[in-house]
Amino acid sequence: MADLSTNLAGIRSPNPFWLASAPPTNTGYQVQRAFEAGWGGAVWKTLGDPIINTSSRFAAVSFNGQRVAGFNNIELITDRPLDVNLKEIYETKKRFPNHAIIASLMVEPKQEKWHEIVKRVEDVGVDGLELNFGCPHGMAERGMGAASGQQPDLVEAQTHWAKEVATTPVIVKLTPNITDITVVARHAVRGGADAISMINTINSLAGVDIHTWNTIPHVGGQGAHGGYCGPAVKPIALNMVAECARHADIGVPISGIGGISTWQDVVEFMLMGATGVQVCTAVMHHGFRIVEDMIDGLSNYLDEKGLASVEELIGRSVQKYSNWGDLNLNYQVVARINEDNCINCNKCHIACEDASHQCIDMLTNADGKSVLQVREEDCVGCNLCSIVCPVDGAIDMVAIENDLPPMTWNERQRTIASLNDAYNVEVM
Amino acid sequence: MKHSAITAFSPDMFMHNFAEAEPGLTSKGAIEESNRCLYCYDAPCIKACPTSINIPSFIKRIATDNLRGAATTIMDSNPVGASCARVCPTEELCEGACVLNDASAPIQIGMLQRYATDWAIANDAELFKRGTDNGYKVAVIGGGPAGLSAARELARQGMSVVIYEAREQAGGLDTYGIVSFRLPQSISLWEVEQVQKLGVEIKTGVRVGTDIAAAELLEQYDAVVLAAGMGYVPPIGIEGEQLTGVYDAIKLVEQTKTGLPSVNMIGQHVAVIGAGNTAIDAATCSVRLGAANVKMIYRRTREEMTAYDFEYEFAKQEGVEFRWLTLPKRIVGDDSGRVTHLECVQMTLTGETGKDGRLIPMPVEGSEFLLPVDAVVLAIGQERQLSLIEHFGLSHTWGVVEVDDHTYRTSHPKVYAAGDIIFGAGRGEAMVVSAAQQGKLAAHAIIRELLPQTSPAISSAV
Ligand SMILES: Cc1cc2nc3c(=O)[nH]c(=O)nc-3n(C[C@H](O)[C@H](O)[C@H](O)COP(=O)(O)OP(=O)(O)OC[C@H]3O[C@@H](n4cnc5c(N)ncnc54)[C@H](O)[C@@H]3O)c2cc1C
Ligand SMILES: Cc1cc2nc3c(=O)[nH]c(=O)nc-3n(C[C@H](O)[C@H](O)[C@H](O)COP(=O)(O)O)c2cc1C
Ligand code: SF4
Ligand code: SF4
Ligand code: SF4
Repeated sequence: MADLSTNLAGIRSPNPFWLASAPPTNTGYQVQRAFEAGWGGAVWKTLGDPIINTSSRFAAVSFNGQRVAGFNNIELITDRPLDVNLKEIYETKKRFPNHAIIASLMVEPKQEKWHEIVKRVEDVGVDGLELNFGCPHGMAERGMGAASGQQPDLVEAQTHWAKEVATTPVIVKLTPNITDITVVARHAVRGGADAISMINTINSLAGVDIHTWNTIPHVGGQGAHGGYCGPAVKPIALNMVAECARHADIGVPISGIGGISTWQDVVEFMLMGATGVQVCTAVMHHGFRIVEDMIDGLSNYLDEKGLASVEELIGRSVQKYSNWGDLNLNYQVVARINEDNCINCNKCHIACEDASHQCIDMLTNADGKSVLQVREEDCVGCNLCSIVCPVDGAIDMVAIENDLPPMTWNERQRTIASLNDAYNVEVM
Repeated sequence: MKHSAITAFSPDMFMHNFAEAEPGLTSKGAIEESNRCLYCYDAPCIKACPTSINIPSFIKRIATDNLRGAATTIMDSNPVGASCARVCPTEELCEGACVLNDASAPIQIGMLQRYATDWAIANDAELFKRGTDNGYKVAVIGGGPAGLSAARELARQGMSVVIYEAREQAGGLDTYGIVSFRLPQSISLWEVEQVQKLGVEIKTGVRVGTDIAAAELLEQYDAVVLAAGMGYVPPIGIEGEQLTGVYDAIKLVEQTKTGLPSVNMIGQHVAVIGAGNTAIDAATCSVRLGAANVKMIYRRTREEMTAYDFEYEFAKQEGVEFRWLTLPKRIVGDDSGRVTHLECVQMTLTGETGKDGRLIPMPVEGSEFLLPVDAVVLAIGQERQLSLIEHFGLSHTWGVVEVDDHTYRTSHPKVYAAGDIIFGAGRGEAMVVSAAQQGKLAAHAIIRELLPQTSPAISSAV
């Protein structure tokens, strides 16, 4: 069996599966149950000055009958006194010395506030700190969370204040509610962050009740924007992780968060540069036991791939992620339909006909059977037909050999520019 | 009426008629079905499985394409999980308990279980390891589901185990007794092989009590698991049972499990006596052997019949006819000793209930009639292993070995018993899955007895 243990900026844990700072890490009771179930680490529900929560605070989006495709919340940071949390952290750490416990922190952007809280949580033996600059609602209105996370200078300054007194590794948790996440990530690194984690939740409104015209969720008929997470946000999170992983000026370990619910998701985040992951919504949906299949599935996968350690996955796909301008414009794929597997739903035809390049013909063969055929010379290789096709193996996207040398947009522009220069020189 | 067959039963026809009838799930089907499971907590389906397979957990693993994990979860709880996927009366067990029964439709747990175990078979996956040798030796008598299950659990705990099996191959009724179109023999033999791979020695062709004495086993081993099942069909005690054309249902099925059968039923009219699972298998087997007409003769009604609904439905689909309230009185033969008729009498329900709670049927006077038939299949249950039980000197009630409810220990302190040999006297139904569970529990009791410090390897494979 492969070694699943990880080391994120010096924080060791028996496996890469951590609980994200959220309701599942609210109490010692919960975190201990999670460790018993198999979780390798937990980022405690964000500590700070206790707040008051609203009643009715979550909502979810179902997609075609599947529940919790996305999850929305207007919950704030911990509503329990700091002393109580600290006592439970201490007890949990004592019972599980080899598991990672990280304290998530959020205080007003003042140096002395950061100094004070860092010292207090480190006193009870946490393995690391996560600075929460991400919460998009409620806390932001008090100048904390996303409000400070959207100001690169403030992120840098606060990270610096935490680092001034911290003796354990400092992770900075980033908000996705920003144009370019790498800007804030770089400021966190400049402030001394040992690692970064992303993403926190995305500004959202889960829905509107079309009968009562109330927002979903609502608090006595009134609503406010919340934070979105769960499976629906995974592609957004994965891109942000990848962008940070491939950025030369960032270079610190990444804890990947956002929509992770299976072991495959974990593999994807790690291939894209995460050293470990954090999970919230999947646990809220199914309970801590979800980690059993994550551990088992990841370990079987590593064995099948002949990898001795999960760390061998980290960043292996990062170099495959670049800018659009660096993609080879002469690479060509076409759709090919495999009649044996086709069930004749004609979805590929109508998708191509109405939304792409009109190159899938509906024909009748000699035996009178309907067949679908791609006119390869017209196919632009957009993938749409294979995306809508409901069966496996009915549409393959196959690479076509051509005689053209690889040519990217950037290369093309450079070539054109040099030709123009040459021309301009001639005419001058 | 027709007597001998016009066409011979060809190997092609055999292969065709006896190949597994129900196709497995496609990968798309499995993904769709597994994602429909709610992943219930403390799920009722788990409680309804006699071996307590963690059903939501294995289904989740199918949904995440972790088929090794899914197969491991299944086989961890049930060493004959591939056979059970096919022969368990799931409507009565796991699927019957699924919370989606009323909400939409129950999850097809059996089919998903088959999908995962088929993966393990196709990929020759070794899912478990032998435990470190602890020097203890256990003999298991009978290599059916109960014996295999006990042996597997003992081997995982590091005991050295020898299975004594009377037949040429192990697997018990899974290998020889359940029709191939429901359970191909290869599935059962794969399960046997999984147990052998854990270092369990299977001595086939050795009949305990005849080829080796009980005393010898008790002397050589630290414990003995008696899992010898039941026997063939007992005589029903009517005239004509010795005629040519009268078959023992279990022997009939057995012939079709071991290769091209020598019996020929093509074009024949067949009467099957009985209405339990064995009778249904014998009836559908006769249809697939080419019989022109198959009637099941049962002295009570549909309500009292012990076969499951799905078996009844399957038999009807296969074209089997049911003659309720009909009691066979005599099998009639011609001069050459061949069956020509079955004499029956019509029955009526008296309205009184018997000790078993079922209505008592009574013959209607003067209603005797002759049913023209070419073959009669006797399927009224199985004989008990009386001589073997007495050879061990074990307490029993009418051939049902008495055991402690928790430890499965018999009246002999070194001997434990599991499976069909203890079935009866209110102990559930004779099912592969209960035999497997009892074998497992007997093994755990032996482990607790011999190694009081360790807890049996029932931890999940995670
Ligand atoms: C026709 C038929 C159909 C059935 N269909 C189903 C079904 O659909 N679903 C279901 O759950 N159950 C079904 N059953 C019941 C199921 O097969 C049994 O409950 C189950 O096989 C019992 O397992 P076992 O290990 O106790 O006994 P068996 O499977 O009978 O195995 C006992 C083994 O012990 C061996 N043995 C016997 N005596 C000796 C000896 N003296 N020395 C050495 N070895 C010996 C035998 O050769 C045999 O291999 C069916 C049974 C029959 C007969
Ligand atoms: C109800 C709820 C409360 C949350 N509270 C916090 C919090 O206190 N601190 C924090 O850093 N993140 C908080 N988060 C964000 C999660 O830690 C996580 O970043 C986000 O949910 C994305 O992961 P997921 O898709 O696995 O849920 C919360 C999320 C939810 C759903
Ligand atoms: S999940 Fe628990 S706390 Fe929440 S509404 Fe239901 S019962 Fe109340
Ligand atoms: S979408 Fe797929 S299955 Fe449907 S017609 Fe096209 S190739 Fe066939
Ligand atoms: S009861 Fe049904 S839905 Fe619930 S876990 Fe079991 S199979 Fe799945």
